[in-house]
Amino acid sequence: MIEEINHLNEEQLHKKILLKKGFMAALPIVLGYFPIAITYGVLAAQAGISLIELTAMSILVYAGAAQFMGVSMITVGAGSLEIIIATFVLNFRHFVMSLSFANRTRGLQAKWKVPLSLGLTDESFSIASLHTKEAEQTNGGYFYAALIISAYASWVIGSFLGGMLGDVIPATLSQSMGIALYAMFIGLLIPSVKKEIRYGYVAGLAMIFNYIFSYTFSIDQGWSIVCSTLLASLIGVFIIRGKTM
Amino acid sequence: MVFIIIGMSLVTMIPRFLPIFIIDRIPFPKWVNQWLDIIPYAALGALIFPGVLSVIPDKPWIGLTGAVIAVILAIVRANVIIVVLGSTLTVFLFLML
Repeated sequence: MIEEINHLNEEQLHKKILLKKGFMAALPIVLGYFPIAITYGVLAAQAGISLIELTAMSILVYAGAAQFMGVSMITVGAGSLEIIIATFVLNFRHFVMSLSFANRTRGLQAKWKVPLSLGLTDESFSIASLHTKEAEQTNGGYFYAALIISAYASWVIGSFLGGMLGDVIPATLSQSMGIALYAMFIGLLIPSVKKEIRYGYVAGLAMIFNYIFSYTFSIDQGWSIVCSTLLASLIGVFIIRGKTM
Repeated sequence: MVFIIIGMSLVTMIPRFLPIFIIDRIPFPKWVNQWLDIIPYAALGALIFPGVLSVIPDKPWIGLTGAVIAVILAIVRANVIIVVLGSTLTVFLFLML
């Protein structure tokens, strides 16, 4: 009896630890999303979108770049269908990311998979896919849930506050915070490259492809990221051949 | 407006959850699994560059310097939060100059 209670407590404790770990891992995203979400709220309100609508967009769409694009297209009077198609193109990269994430977290319980996949963004995908050992643990879903919900909350709350209060962050500061998510991507990439230089070659290739696609061929940002990611990682299979993954 | 929001939501959400069902139903050959496992590193590369140049759109060198500071901080094993704060502070100082 007592042993059983101890076991239960242990499991509760383990879940709590995983939740806390997930939240800590999300902290850079929370920090990075917040000022961008406020800016989105401000711009959307200026475009004449109501507070409820702009917050609903953050809750239901939850894709930063697409929401900024949506707002600017609404401002210039673009058609609804045009906006929806452009959103699809811009966000199609999440299909590729979700495919990779689902492949890396096959051990995760089925009930977690769909809700977690709905919260995948560039940022939560990057952090989640560099933490794959949590997926092997019992209750590993708690880690990813805490990670994804923290980021989501930051985005939704920030959008709402931006729409309601307007510019609460001084312009210079919010402009400076524009580098936060890039710095986070760098902070995630470098430790992996230090462990395995070939991951660095893959990332470098993706940068070159993305540069060429977006500048030389002026391909849409969405397709450019999808194509350069797929191409660089495909070449990466040959670069990394022979090494057990 | 409601139509736009629902439409944007559907075209964003469907590509996000569809892979869950694909992965469970279709067995991939080994090389496709390897390909999918390398995607995060390629995605990070594509997400960083050249996007980082447009942090301050008319001054790409500010974004580039912020990125270099982030790389240095990450190389000396600083926590990701420190990398983010250090890089942000760098850009902030450039804007104040």
